[in-house]
Amino acid sequence: MMTLSKWKVLLVVLATIFGAFFTLPNLLPADARAKLPGFLPSKALNLGLDLQGGSYLLYSVDTQALRVERLNNLTEDARRTLTEGQIPFTDLGQVSGQLSVRITDPGQVNQALNLLRKSLGGELAGVQGGRDVTVSTEADQRLRVAFVPEAFDADASRAVEQSIEIIRRRIDQLGTREPNIVRQGKDRIVIEAAGESDPEKLKSVVGQTAKLTFQMVDDSVPLQEAAQGRVPPGSELLQSTDGYSPVYLVKKRAEVTGEMLVDAQGRFDQQTSRPIVSFRFNGQGARRFGEVSSQNIGRRFAIVLDKKIISAPVIQSAITGGSGQITGNFTPESANELAILLRAGALPAPLKVEEQRTVGAELGADAVKAGAISGLVGLIGVVIFMVGMYGWLFGGVSILGLIVNGLLIVGFMSITQATLTLPGIAGLILTLAVAVDANVLIYERMRDELRAGRSILSAMDSGFSRAMGTIMDANITHLLSAAILFLFGAGPVKGFAWTLSIGVFTTVFTAVLITQVLLAWWFRATRPKTLPIA
Amino acid sequence: MKHWPLVKVLPVRTHFKFVRLGKYFGVLSAVLILASLAITLLPFKPPCFGMACGIDFKGGTVLEISTAPEPVDIGKLRGALHTIELGDVQVQGFGAPSSAMVKFQTPDGASPSQTVDVVKAKISQALSPVKFVRTDVVGPKVSEELLTKGVLALGGAMLMMLIYIWFRFELQFGLGAVAALFHDVILTFGLISILKIEFNLTAVAAILTIIGYSMNDTVVVFDRLRENLRKYKRMPLAEVIDLSINEMLTRTIVTSFTGLLALIALAVFGGPTLWGLSVIMLFGIVVGTYSSIYIAAPILLLWGVKRGEEEPEVLKPAKARP
Repeated sequence: MMTLSKWKVLLVVLATIFGAFFTLPNLLPADARAKLPGFLPSKALNLGLDLQGGSYLLYSVDTQALRVERLNNLTEDARRTLTEGQIPFTDLGQVSGQLSVRITDPGQVNQALNLLRKSLGGELAGVQGGRDVTVSTEADQRLRVAFVPEAFDADASRAVEQSIEIIRRRIDQLGTREPNIVRQGKDRIVIEAAGESDPEKLKSVVGQTAKLTFQMVDDSVPLQEAAQGRVPPGSELLQSTDGYSPVYLVKKRAEVTGEMLVDAQGRFDQQTSRPIVSFRFNGQGARRFGEVSSQNIGRRFAIVLDKKIISAPVIQSAITGGSGQITGNFTPESANELAILLRAGALPAPLKVEEQRTVGAELGADAVKAGAISGLVGLIGVVIFMVGMYGWLFGGVSILGLIVNGLLIVGFMSITQATLTLPGIAGLILTLAVAVDANVLIYERMRDELRAGRSILSAMDSGFSRAMGTIMDANITHLLSAAILFLFGAGPVKGFAWTLSIGVFTTVFTAVLITQVLLAWWFRATRPKTLPIA
Repeated sequence: MKHWPLVKVLPVRTHFKFVRLGKYFGVLSAVLILASLAITLLPFKPPCFGMACGIDFKGGTVLEISTAPEPVDIGKLRGALHTIELGDVQVQGFGAPSSAMVKFQTPDGASPSQTVDVVKAKISQALSPVKFVRTDVVGPKVSEELLTKGVLALGGAMLMMLIYIWFRFELQFGLGAVAALFHDVILTFGLISILKIEFNLTAVAAILTIIGYSMNDTVVVFDRLRENLRKYKRMPLAEVIDLSINEMLTRTIVTSFTGLLALIALAVFGGPTLWGLSVIMLFGIVVGTYSSIYIAAPILLLWGVKRGEEEPEVLKPAKARP
């Protein structure tokens, strides 16, 4: 073991250079790093949000709401299809997640079945010729319409993808630093925004569904009666923020939707100078809006955002220009925000915040400082202790190993851009402190062997070879617990596990190889008669 | 210098009779384990039982606010929060006098994220100017998942250790190591309960690290024990155990000491976030060292170990040429 093969020396030298090279960028300020020539590494440690400040938001896509909405749409589609096909029906409604309808005329059941089969639902994603709804007959002239299970899964999956796309568009328009948006699991979205000190703004922009619809106000029933529960079928009571009436009764059917908008801007009304949102429709939207407005002159329509009416103006004349404006209770900021939301489009389903972690940048900087100070103090303590215990030579060798170990961990974490978190700093310090364990095992073994009457050379030799098994066993236990931690941990704890795992490898490498090479050099140079630790 | 390096001054070989004291320490440990179990598990109420539950596992919101450079008016802060309907509000100073921490549960049925916005608005009204330096909101679904993951991690780690030791040593050793492991983990839970350290993900990470260290110490002693069992085939087991522990004593103390040095520095200078983590690990290193000496090895006497089946190790002649 004390024989110095060339590759061992080479490996030690290379590792040291590697560690130092990739640790280097961490010592430079950010602007100096950016100016480094291309062949030098420019990546510093990737600090976690708890160290640099920022927000972590975990959203879940409300797939249940998506189901309900799909079913509601299906109900309305069925109603329209049957009405347009002039097939009388009764008792159209939802029974345990499926649609049920009774055809009045027994002779028309088959006709209704074929009609609904042809016009309801769409193609099932990924299945050639498959439809996403099934229509079947039941006793008592009833028809049952149900979604196939795959349809909901495909829906939910598509909704998550779309949501991510829309969130990205919305945040782009906010002009903040590029956040990280990723899908997690089946129905979750993680947003990580570094440095964002105002998570409320981010949350309000991301979390709003922003589903805009234009629905006709239903005045077939007086509002008081409707409020007492006499809501006609096909209509609904919606709350209003327009300041005139707390609720309106509106038709469920959306005449025009936010998807038909091509542009929206926050502006000021030229006459009243109140903040408004102006918008333009696409061709289809303009045509529909023109038709509806010309048929309903003198009646009210409601502009509905996420099931809340923001205004309910009376149609004065046919609106055929394809543009319009929303006057609600806006501030300039909220008008602007709504414009951003409308431009980016509506989320396919509501989002719910499941978890939020926000750390201010100052707090993060304090944490880095606290970590650095405690690390420095702790490691100086270890250095003094090791030199005191084993002397300049053997203590010094373990300290050198420690330094290279530190360089390797930091360098490795810098190139892989693994996230360093606050618990990770603690893990790093602890790893370095107990890294000397391997040296201690080797030294103590050497002393044992000397005591057993071996020569210096033979004692050093078997000190290494016999301590190796123990060092391996001891470090595998660390690696196992770190691996478990990595598997089950989340966020900062994962960073901790990662730091520990990297540390296990670098520790075994440095403690064994560097100690060996340095001591072998010393032995060759001095040919000692005794070991200074015996 | 005569007294330096220190290793020269330390006794070359200690002859402590660890095993003889094993009975007493065994009783002591058993009492401590029962006490820890009682204080950790009572009141018997999930998810955290007798421990101070963090929002990671219970759900809820933690706000850390700063009114620097002015000190926080805790009374005013409490007053402001009383006007909102919240479950289980806690307000306390945190670190510097200009900082405070507010913890609360989201009322049933309310949206956690909207509730926190309302609370923030109230606090801003009462204490102006105020900065929210940390906002942690954990919803009920996520806290449930984190708890499951935490429990799985602890269970998984213990199981992995048992399997590893079993694989690497014989079953008898594995049982000894796992007994020591349970001892360490249960006592650590006791410490967490007594010191009211918040039981959260970070605490679980600390416990998992302890599992690693506790095993590390045990494995090192067992390694030597196995070697000595082969070397001294006729020595009684109790004596071999004492011999092995004594032989490894310097190493055990040195390694524990360097770990303690780093952890004390972390506990003192690391700030409030790292305090819990460092204290748990400090305790873990002390208990882990104790248990590898007084629990893991002496407990082998209870069921004995298989001996004499392996080939005696022949001392290999060392390669002489450097």
